[in-house]
Amino acid sequence: MARLLDVTDLITRFYTEDGVVHAVNGISYSLDEGESMALVGESGCGKSVSVLSIMRLIPSPPGRIDGGKVIYNDRDLLAISNEEMRTIRGREIAMVFQDPMTSLNPVLTIGRQMTEGLKLHLGMNDSQAKSRAAEMLEMVGIPGAADHLSDYPHQFSGGMRQRVMIAMGLSCNPSLLIADEPTTALDVTIQAQIVELVKQLQAKLGMAIIWITHDLGVVAGMVEKVAVMYAGYIVEMAPVNELYKHHRHPYTMGLLDSLPKLDQKHRERLATIKGLPPDLLSEPKSCPFAPRCPYVINQCWEENPPLMPSGPDHFTACWRFEVMRDDMHFGDKI
Amino acid sequence: MSEANGREILVEVKNLKKYFPIMRGVLRRQVGAVQAVDGVTFNIYKGETLGLVGESGCGKSTTGRTILQLLTPTAGHVKFSGTDLTTLNKSDMRKARRDMQMIFQDPYASLNPRLSIGSIIGEPLQINNIGDTNSRKERVSELLKIVGLNPFFINRYPHEFSGGQRQRIGIARALATNPSFIVADEPISALDVSIQAQVVNLLDDLSTELGLTYLFIAHDLSMVRYISDRVAVMYLGRIVELSDRDGIFDLPLHPYTQALLSAIPIPDPEKEGKRQRLILEGDVPSPANPPKACRFHPRCSYATEICSQEDPEFRNAIAEGPEHWVACHHAEKFM
Repeated sequence: MARLLDVTDLITRFYTEDGVVHAVNGISYSLDEGESMALVGESGCGKSVSVLSIMRLIPSPPGRIDGGKVIYNDRDLLAISNEEMRTIRGREIAMVFQDPMTSLNPVLTIGRQMTEGLKLHLGMNDSQAKSRAAEMLEMVGIPGAADHLSDYPHQFSGGMRQRVMIAMGLSCNPSLLIADEPTTALDVTIQAQIVELVKQLQAKLGMAIIWITHDLGVVAGMVEKVAVMYAGYIVEMAPVNELYKHHRHPYTMGLLDSLPKLDQKHRERLATIKGLPPDLLSEPKSCPFAPRCPYVINQCWEENPPLMPSGPDHFTACWRFEVMRDDMHFGDKI
Repeated sequence: MSEANGREILVEVKNLKKYFPIMRGVLRRQVGAVQAVDGVTFNIYKGETLGLVGESGCGKSTTGRTILQLLTPTAGHVKFSGTDLTTLNKSDMRKARRDMQMIFQDPYASLNPRLSIGSIIGEPLQINNIGDTNSRKERVSELLKIVGLNPFFINRYPHEFSGGQRQRIGIARALATNPSFIVADEPISALDVSIQAQVVNLLDDLSTELGLTYLFIAHDLSMVRYISDRVAVMYLGRIVELSDRDGIFDLPLHPYTQALLSAIPIPDPEKEGKRQRLILEGDVPSPANPPKACRFHPRCSYATEICSQEDPEFRNAIAEGPEHWVACHHAEKFM
């Protein structure tokens, strides 16, 4: 498979009155054509900021991309002109946002919002764009779509709106779809519908996907690789089976252990990660997870660990990944 | 206090209804009603945690609020320790409220940003004229310690705390008057994953230490399985299934419960890959105009003629062993 996206040492900071917020601290990953990947982490870990940086959608000021390269199909997205970026955004890289309630314009009809991109990027005329929009809505499972083009967003439920957003994102046949927590605002049953829909669409259309989430459960059945983020760093990255089975970073372990398992018979106490995620105002010299980590040693305080190979296609940013075992639970003694 | 199966009943809910009127036109005539809660009946035993689950808009929060009389019920009764709350006047109700408190979903919206933590937690004591200034202050420090916060924080303001810490403050406020019953309305859904476990463990410890009884409202079934002794599943204003935890999770008898369970993602790619998913189609119908007869029949894959004609009775479907209540004509098929 050909390489689609190469992100190298991406650094994004926000220059605020309170100081510099180190939101993304030099992350690197790559994505092949048609590959799906998840960026997992808690609020404030930099997962959304990292993809907004790729799309050049960081509000500036206060935000600034301070370093790194984003090579997409042999072009550096951080170096090209705004005009050129505009032809890529929405056309080649599409994005679906978290909140379907607020990401649609309430005073414009669904049809108007769906055809905008088609006319702009593909040069379609009104009737062409309308029939394409209806076709896309049918594809995401909105029956009788042609009649819905004149509806307003408030006439749709949350799940339907998210389907509209996905239809809109896919209408120009992008080669990369970025989904920023697309199911977080939805009920579990609707979430299952949307996940299933995106899986089917990917099999049909073959686009690459970056799926951002805080829920390790949602992405387990749908992506090929997973990157776990913490405090603006990727702390662990591996193919999906490898990550869930042989995770080596204590934070990944803690995240997985703090989820209650449905097949768990007895009421065991949930593992908790003590303390809070760090304040991003100061650039950490030590491992950012050290204050919350039960396995911390002196080296962790002195040096921030880089991503190191720890298995097949598996990278972990932990000085102690070698002593972590598969059967360990967060907090267990080594 | 009444008893059932040798267990003391703390809260007895009988045929509780809450309709919200829909007004239209210049004269604000009532043209219909949103049937948010439409005849729910259940008991909460002393010392247990009853989980109440369902999708948004199914009436689970309204049920919690109507039990506490924060909303006046349209019909039905709520007995608390033998007293019928629906017949109490305002001042008696206020006294009764000491014994029942609420923890809210959004820790950002449920704390007054202009009050210090000490005033927020002390407010229930002040309103109920419990103790004097000094003893209240002592009680607030004690409460902060109970929920795992430093009593030193007493003069700080809500914005200085993280979401998880704020939820602890909300819990401390609920505990201030020493209640025996707490309605927790989605207390963890606004929190990050690693913080959710902290708050759930705290609630769990408190129930053992202080002998609390919870109505735990949530849409996250895996967390409900973890914390509840019994679970009630709601759909469009009605309870469709009620059983002990293992009954609901190991032998769900209502197709809606089965669909809910199958929608939960499992954090394990192998199991997730093998799994046969039962995906519900469409959305929840509007509670202003719910389907006739069985409310789930338009989305149910097992529906037959009877389902669109007769309302299924909410009945105990299992003759022996723990009670397992279900409202489905075809429950026997799933045993």
